[in-house]
This record gives sequence, C-alpha cells and structure tokens, in this order.
Amino acid sequence: MNPSRPHLLGLEGMSAQRIKLILDTAESFKEVLERPIRVVPTLRGVSVANLFFEPSTRTRISFELAEKRLSAELVNLSSATSSVLKGETLKDTARNIEAMKVDIVVIRHSAPGAPHFLARSLQSSVINAGDGAHEHPTQALLDLLTLRERFGELKGLRVVIVGDIAYSRVARSNIWGLRTMGASVALCGPPTLMPLGIEEMGVEVYPHLDQALPGADVIYVLRLQLERQRAGLLPSLREYTNQWGITAERLAKLRQEFIIMHPGPINRGVEITPEVADGPYSVILDQVTNGVAVRMAVLYLLSGRKHEG
Amino acid sequence: MRAKGSLLIKGGRIVDPATGIDRVADLLVKNGLVEKISQPGERLGSKTQEVISAQGKVVVPGLIDIHTHLREPGREDEETILSGSQAAVAGGFTAVACMANTYPPIDSQEGVRFVLERAKQANCRIYPIAAVTKGLKGEELTEVADLVKSGTVAISDDGNPVTRSQIMRRALEYSKIFDIPIISHCEDRDLSSRGVINESYTSTLLGLGGIPSVSEEIMVARDIHLAQFTQGRLHLAHLSTAGSLSLVREAKGKGIRVTAEVTPHHLILSDELIRQSFDPNLKMNPPLREKKDIEALREGLADGTIDCIVTDHAPHSPEEKDVEFDAAPFGIIGLETSLGLILTELYHKGILGLKDIISLMSTNPAQILGLKGGSLKVGDPADITIIDLEREWKVKPSQFKSKSRNTPFGGWILKGKAIATIVGGGIVYREGI
Repeated sequence: MNPSRPHLLGLEGMSAQRIKLILDTAESFKEVLERPIRVVPTLRGVSVANLFFEPSTRTRISFELAEKRLSAELVNLSSATSSVLKGETLKDTARNIEAMKVDIVVIRHSAPGAPHFLARSLQSSVINAGDGAHEHPTQALLDLLTLRERFGELKGLRVVIVGDIAYSRVARSNIWGLRTMGASVALCGPPTLMPLGIEEMGVEVYPHLDQALPGADVIYVLRLQLERQRAGLLPSLREYTNQWGITAERLAKLRQEFIIMHPGPINRGVEITPEVADGPYSVILDQVTNGVAVRMAVLYLLSGRKHEG
Repeated sequence: MRAKGSLLIKGGRIVDPATGIDRVADLLVKNGLVEKISQPGERLGSKTQEVISAQGKVVVPGLIDIHTHLREPGREDEETILSGSQAAVAGGFTAVACMANTYPPIDSQEGVRFVLERAKQANCRIYPIAAVTKGLKGEELTEVADLVKSGTVAISDDGNPVTRSQIMRRALEYSKIFDIPIISHCEDRDLSSRGVINESYTSTLLGLGGIPSVSEEIMVARDIHLAQFTQGRLHLAHLSTAGSLSLVREAKGKGIRVTAEVTPHHLILSDELIRQSFDPNLKMNPPLREKKDIEALREGLADGTIDCIVTDHAPHSPEEKDVEFDAAPFGIIGLETSLGLILTELYHKGILGLKDIISLMSTNPAQILGLKGGSLKVGDPADITIIDLEREWKVKPSQFKSKSRNTPFGGWILKGKAIATIVGGGIVYREGI
C-alpha cells in the first residue's frame, strides 16, 4: 500500500475523529447543494476515474454528481464497456487508467479486497465504492450523516440491522462506523444469512424480529438478493417475508419512536412493504441526498485541496 | 542416481532416526552408497577423492517431500521437473514425489514414463504419483497395476477430492494388493462451495467466501471408515484442522492403516494474516486455519498422529497469482523454505527435537511410500543432507531456483538451512561448505 497517498478502503479501524471530520465536511458541502448554482471549483484539475466492475446505478450516479459538483474531471468505466470482458486483468486496466494521470480511482468490484489490491499497485488514491461482501464505506458514512441529522448525536443510539448480513458490505461498514461512534448495534436475520463469529464485532444477534425491534431507534433494512433463495439459503421468499419482512403490523406493536433506513434498491414486498418504505418513518430518500454530500467530502479530503466555500 | 568414487563427510553430527544414531562421526560414501560410519574415537581414511568438512554441522538422511506439484507436462512456464528438482535440492531435499494433476493428468503408463524420462535430467530423485481416476474426473479407476509396474509410488487425485464414496471404496480395495497408499485430498466440495479462505471470524470480516473446517473433516471421517472397512492403505494429504487431527488420532488408536501429513504453512500461519493484506499468497487449499488448529497440528506432530511434513509445493505464475484474492488460484511454493521454516519455528522454539524433525521430513515419508532413502544404514543409497542449524538467512523469492515466486514468506529471516545436498553419493547442491 502506498502510504504517501490517502485512501478510503473501509471503516474498519477509522477513528471517530476522522469520521466526524468527514461528516462535518459533508455538512458544509450540503450547504453548497442548496445553492442555485450547485458547483464549486474545489477540485478543478483533479481527475477521477470511476471503475464500476459491477452493476450499480445509485452509487455510480452519486459519485459522478459529487465529482461534477466539485468541478473534477471524470472518466467512467464500467465492465460492460471495458476491456475486462476481453480478459484484461484488473491490474492492467488500472495501470492504463493511471498512465492517463488519474488522481483518484473510485472502484466498485465483486471481489473483496479489489480496492486494496489497486491501492497496493497504483500511485492514485483509491476509494472503495463497494467490494463484494466486505465494505461499502461511503454508504455507511452517508447513513451516519443521516442519523446525525435526525438524532443530533450517534452515541447511545440503538440500531437494528435486519436481513442478509452474510452478503452485506453495507452491514459491515455500518457496524464499524456505528460502533466507533458509540451506537449499539443488533443484527436480526435467518441463521443461514448470519455469518460465523459476527458477535465478535461487538454486536448482538437475534434470530427473531420480535426480540430485536423493541427499543430500536433505527431499523435498518437490508436488500434481500433474490438469488439467496435459489442458493438454498432460504426455503422461500414467502417465508422470509413472513419471518423477517418489515411490515406496518409489526411496527404497530412498537412503543418507541424510530426511523426506517434502507440502502436501496428496495425489493418492495420482500424485505419491506411499500407502505413502510414510503411511510412517515422512512428516511430512505434523505440517505440518497446525503450520499452526494458525503462523497463530495471524501473526494475533497483525499484530494488534499483547500476548499474556500 | 549413483555417483562413482568416494566422498568423506568429516566430523559432522550424524542424526539418523532410522538407526538411532546421534553423534559426531565421519561418514564415508563409496560408489553412491553409505560405506561406513566411524565408531567413536575412530577416524576414517583420507584416501577419498573428496572430503567435506562438516564440523558444527548436522548430517542427516536426505529430506523427502512426498507432496509436490511440478507442473510438467502442461505448465512448464510455472515449473518443470528439472527446475522443481533444483528448488528441491536447494531446500535440502534428495527426493520428491510429484502429483498427477498436470495437463494432461498422469493417469496412464505413458504419463508415468514421461515423468520418469524427464526425471533422468533432474537433480534429485523424482517419484511419480498417478491419478486415482482417469482424467482426475472421479469416475473410473485408473489402471493401477500398470501404473505401479511403470513406477508409480502412490495414487492420488490431489487437487480434487474423490467425491464419490463408491469410487474411493473401490480404489482402496483394489490398490491394497499392490501395497501402495491412496493419498486423499479431503474436501467436501459441496460444503466448501465457492469458499476461498477458512470460514471464521476472518472470512466474516472480509466478506470472503468461507471453507468450513467440516468440509475437510467429513471427508477425513469418510475415508477413515472406508480404510477400516476395506483394509486399504490411506494417506491423508495436508491436514489443516483440529477436528481432523482427533479423527486420525482415534483411527490410529484403533489400528486402522492411516497415515497423515501436514505442511509448514498450516503449522505456522493463521487466517488472520489475510486481514488488511488480502495477499493472494495466503490463499491455498486447504486454507490457513485458526490458532487452535495450529496448536492441534503441532500436538499431532509431537504425539505421532502426524507422520510427515510435506510442502504441497504449488507453483503459480505471477499473471495468475497477482490478482484480486477471489480470482487467484490456490497454492504456494515451499521447497526452498520448508526446512528453514520448520527449524526456525519448531526446532529453535523448542517445540520439536531434531530427531523428530528428521523423522517427519525423511524417515517417515520414505516409509509411507516405500522409497529408497530415509536412513543412513551401511549399504543404503548415499542420499544425505547437511544442515547448518545456526545459519541465518533471508528468504528472497527473486533468487529461488523454482520458476515461481508465489510464497508468503518473502523477506522472512530464517534460522537453519541445508548447506549441502547429496544424492546417490553425488553433491548436487552446496553453499559455503
């Protein structure tokens, strides 16, 4: 790993101070997003490559918007249009991009550690935009920003993450970030989707929603990939929805106030019913808005540039 | 391999578990055989053609590695029988057995003859291991009688498990009349699925697919039951889990004909190392396990549950290995680091004595496959390794004799090294002696 260049590879090991700096910076960029002209010249002359080796709509668009609003130059490469299909290795692809003098590489890849691999072999700063089931740090940061806006403070919050923990990079990054910021985290989902030893991350694990939800300030619902059922991890989607789906009836039993989050895209009617996703507790669209601000903050902080409002 | 003439190894500490010798003596080699070992107080004649002074060094029966992949035929860019043998002798090995998963696989007399033909140019003895099933497909038995006649010392589909229990049963049953072992790569592929590292807290943190310990243990248990039922000879390859060890211990207690091996990397490295680094040189199958497994494997060495140490030398090209972790092939090379690692981590740290180490790396592997060597009895082939226990050296993959570089041990400082390797009385490797 090239120590001279800062990277954002994950939230594991990131200090509370650093997380706070990113969130504070994101807040100041949010103010930019409210202006009539939503562009600042901060990253003029900085070039960013968005390498998306996995389908993505919202994360990719969110990064692109963040880059454009900071006036960075950007190039996009997604695997469908790249030479990856011709058998070029990740290293060669990355080296070619680097030969074009790119300052920051944003990478989404299905292989855990692919961003770390790039960080080892390139001179550019690397931002992990999701690596397999490992981490998705900008998603967790935008979630933290959304929570801080709602609750003022992260410390002492009780967050319940529901669903497919085993395959979720969002869950892992959120657990690191929330734990570092002093929130408590409980996980709930089928045992076949609860990975071995996850308790060691400092979380509670509940198999049943009725045990997990009471007292929760935040119910964070994960997307259930439909192929989990085909892989034999679930008997049926119907049973999943009955056991772990977030429905209005289930929420009606709760005595406390809470909010609902989801990283998107939603499988309506599977992990969450439409009325809940669109209902009054839902902050799902706030998450999306905050995504742009957080990614602006991360790009800006990694670039080492000065921001002058 | 038999060198003419004579060679005197003077004043070394001779450690030979087969004869029980452990004392300073002169060892005389003549026409490729051990001619004489001096009695205490006796000095052997100086009329020999060549004299090696081994004072302060250890003289042992040549090391034998019964689990390597030499990639020829098919992937000569990664290793050949010649380059593999050069790596072997640099690591102190006088003989290696090579697995059948080449391209094409060694599953016929023709294949075995090819390996033995290439072996004529090699620097050490090369023993072919042929496939259990044709094409390593797990469906039909190979022609074991013919394979044995042409020089196969064992059969194994290593790299793949023999998935079908019926085939494994028939293989054990059929091969026992030839008194060769079946070397079993124990893995339930259904359970390991698309896993790439040990299933544990580490795989959970990294989001990498897990290979659970039970994937190995279920097959170890199955094969032990089949060995007991058929009275066949079973040798278990590269055991990695505490659970496997207790199964083997129990089986040996019942007198079942089973032997077992372990690699240096499974004795030394745990899966936690993959955190942060995602280093593909830490990817092998079976995967690196946890500290408790390392403890169990070390106990197994000490109490005799494990019979031998092997490298599972698995060369891979940088194009294949220097990629994202998921995409990298399994396996690391080991011939040039094995002895140094074992001496550094087990001998110098007081976990195993020298005699035990030589049993595990020479005497026992020779017995398991019925090979020449593994002892320094008068009249035995003069396959000898001279070791400097105190030599400190740095692992430099760029200087390996192997054609490949895929090792996680680059940059390690090791203590203890083979400084001369003698095969059939001929010096095939020497370094500062």
